[in-house]
Amino acid sequence: MRRSRQEAGATQPEGASDISLPPLAMVAKVRGALRLAAVDARAQALGIVPGMTLADARALEPELVVTEMDEGADRQWLERLARDCRDWSPRVTLAAPDGITLDIAGVDHLFGGETGLCTQIEETMAAIGMTLRHAIASTPEAAQALARHGAPSIRDERAAIRALPVLALGLDADSTLALNRAGIRQIGDLTVRPSATIAARFGAGAIHALYRLMGEEQAPIDVLRDPEPLHFERRFAEPVALQATIATVFMALLQEAATVLAERDLGGHRFVLTLYRTDGARHRLAIETGRATRDPALVLRLFDERIASLADPLDPGFGYDRIGLFLPATDPLPTSQPSLDGREKDEAELAELIERLSTRLGPGCLLRLAPRDSHLPEQAQLALPAMDVRPPVPWPQPPEGGPPMRPLFLFDPPQRVEVLAEVPDGPPHRFRWRRKLHEVRLYEGPERIANEWWRHKGGECAGQGGLTRDYYRVEDVQGRRYWIFRHGLYEEKPDPQWYLHGLFA
Amino acid sequence: MRIVDALSVSAALGEAEPWASHIASLDEALGGGLGYGQVHEIYAAEPDDASSTASFAMAVAMGMCQRADRPKQTVLWLRERRWLKSAGILQANGWAELGGAPEQGLVGVVPDTLSLLRAAAEALHCGRLGAIILEGWGKMPALDLTASRRLVLAAEKSGVPLLLLRIDATPASSAARTRWQVASAPSRALPGNAPGLPTFDLTLLRQRSGPSGLHWRLEWDRDRHNFREAPLSGAVVSAPLDRPLADRENAPQQTGGRRHAA
Repeated sequence: MRRSRQEAGATQPEGASDISLPPLAMVAKVRGALRLAAVDARAQALGIVPGMTLADARALEPELVVTEMDEGADRQWLERLARDCRDWSPRVTLAAPDGITLDIAGVDHLFGGETGLCTQIEETMAAIGMTLRHAIASTPEAAQALARHGAPSIRDERAAIRALPVLALGLDADSTLALNRAGIRQIGDLTVRPSATIAARFGAGAIHALYRLMGEEQAPIDVLRDPEPLHFERRFAEPVALQATIATVFMALLQEAATVLAERDLGGHRFVLTLYRTDGARHRLAIETGRATRDPALVLRLFDERIASLADPLDPGFGYDRIGLFLPATDPLPTSQPSLDGREKDEAELAELIERLSTRLGPGCLLRLAPRDSHLPEQAQLALPAMDVRPPVPWPQPPEGGPPMRPLFLFDPPQRVEVLAEVPDGPPHRFRWRRKLHEVRLYEGPERIANEWWRHKGGECAGQGGLTRDYYRVEDVQGRRYWIFRHGLYEEKPDPQWYLHGLFA
Repeated sequence: MRIVDALSVSAALGEAEPWASHIASLDEALGGGLGYGQVHEIYAAEPDDASSTASFAMAVAMGMCQRADRPKQTVLWLRERRWLKSAGILQANGWAELGGAPEQGLVGVVPDTLSLLRAAAEALHCGRLGAIILEGWGKMPALDLTASRRLVLAAEKSGVPLLLLRIDATPASSAARTRWQVASAPSRALPGNAPGLPTFDLTLLRQRSGPSGLHWRLEWDRDRHNFREAPLSGAVVSAPLDRPLADRENAPQQTGGRRHAA
């Protein structure tokens, strides 16, 4: 006998008892009218129930907070909860919109029996803020019905089912109303009547629902499972060593993968190719794409790059007897419609180049420069892998007119220079850099850049915030333009050092 | 072993008009301007001119990217990791100060010369790029006649110009269309004795069909994205050729203001 256990989680946070907060309700559009789809405990206490029109609810409680019902998010959340529930049982079924059924046959003893399991699940759900109602019964339908409509504690299961209201059958509203009008209020009233009359009056669905509830009929269950892993493989009776054959097989594998991906509306992010040689050696090659893709030609080209950049080339030896393709990472990729102006094609071409170069050089080698909010010159930019940056962050444009104020190349760390200044606090007169003497012809400055004192402990006190830099833009007699700074003011340090930080055009 | 024999090449663009620098003598010497889909070598006169040479290449690349039919083009800058220390880190701020859009730029930092050339050849297949700058230091024995011919063919196919920087190197035979030498030149001082606009001493060392050995002194105007001729006597403050003097005194007010506010 299957013993099932069901829990119904309402998507309400537990802190519903807080009086100070206004009541909350979620609305959905039903046949052109806004009706409440879900309400919280505070709203329920005021007599506001799901199914009411929003206008009626507002009349009852003007301060009602209303948000729109997001069924997709609810469904996703339920699925996530259900996946977490697989800690307790391998067979978990969704009972949308707010229920989960666990088949606990043969697993409850691992958690200290049915009571132990219930306590554990209750605690876990309470920890993430879910209110929970649960029941254990011999069929999934009975468990669901008891959890939703039954008494909190059940001694005799059959008696408890008989005591359930007819609403627990899950029939449509008209049939339930008709049953109630006929004086049938409980399941028990229905079981004593001949099934033929019930079927004649309320349809065969009512009979099936009743039988399933009573455990006289078994319904199929749809167990939640992970999608099949994307693993494709070819085995050969004779080892293959010819490049052309391997390429053909690989293309076939990629096409197979593309078909499966297209069926699931997915695109691959990572592709792993494993070549099994006859002597047991394995070659494992992995590539990554910036965007999810299922284009076999593109993936093939990336693999080609990867193979070309290998330190020691692939050696087929006596041939491969197995070739496998595995896709560990995928992303949703709906079928797209190309635009008419061809801009998308341009973008795609560039993205493809970025992928190709990143694959060939390694992902950290192709960079895009992004601005960083710091006035220290060496911290003003971030070099991010071009694969990850999308779309690019714009850089501020300098004001019109005037020479470049920031150098094109920066030394990090800055390079020490010996400087002769006319006055201690003044601009450099001549300086020695890389063992060459440079005579300063033109200069501009100082541009004073303070240290980031707020990052230093006690930096807000005078003299504790680190050294200030005085930057000078200088040009020597040969026309080379440099960015030089004195590290520290004379008030801060008796003998400040000079550094060359950057090179201008 | 390779899986694919030949990489697919993006469709070649139509023959584009060369980029005119708007300096009559320069354009005339080049027969119209610098051509797209070609390789141009730019040598630094001395290793200390590296940043000037790089800025000149950047300026040319930005000028060549100003095409009305294809806006927002990407410039790819390829560098070798071991020279980063002596060359300095490329700054997007400085790039923007030269008039470029660094957000459209890509920087490739590669481990060795061979991958530098390979990456350039690979990137030349992508017609979406505006220009590629390859920063080469030292002799680069891997860049022989065959390698440079390969780059030329790839550039011709896609129509993307390749600017090949050679720093600390002596000119050697190659398949490039033009060969230049760049040295930094004294700029025209701004009021307050401040260094002025980027100024270059430019020599056309060689070109495939046309005169060579010519010399210019150019200033880069980042707001208009073009060069203009600078007076050769850079040591003194000279009157501008294209604007009245009074205008000049107004213009650098911002600079002076920034100087004192700094």
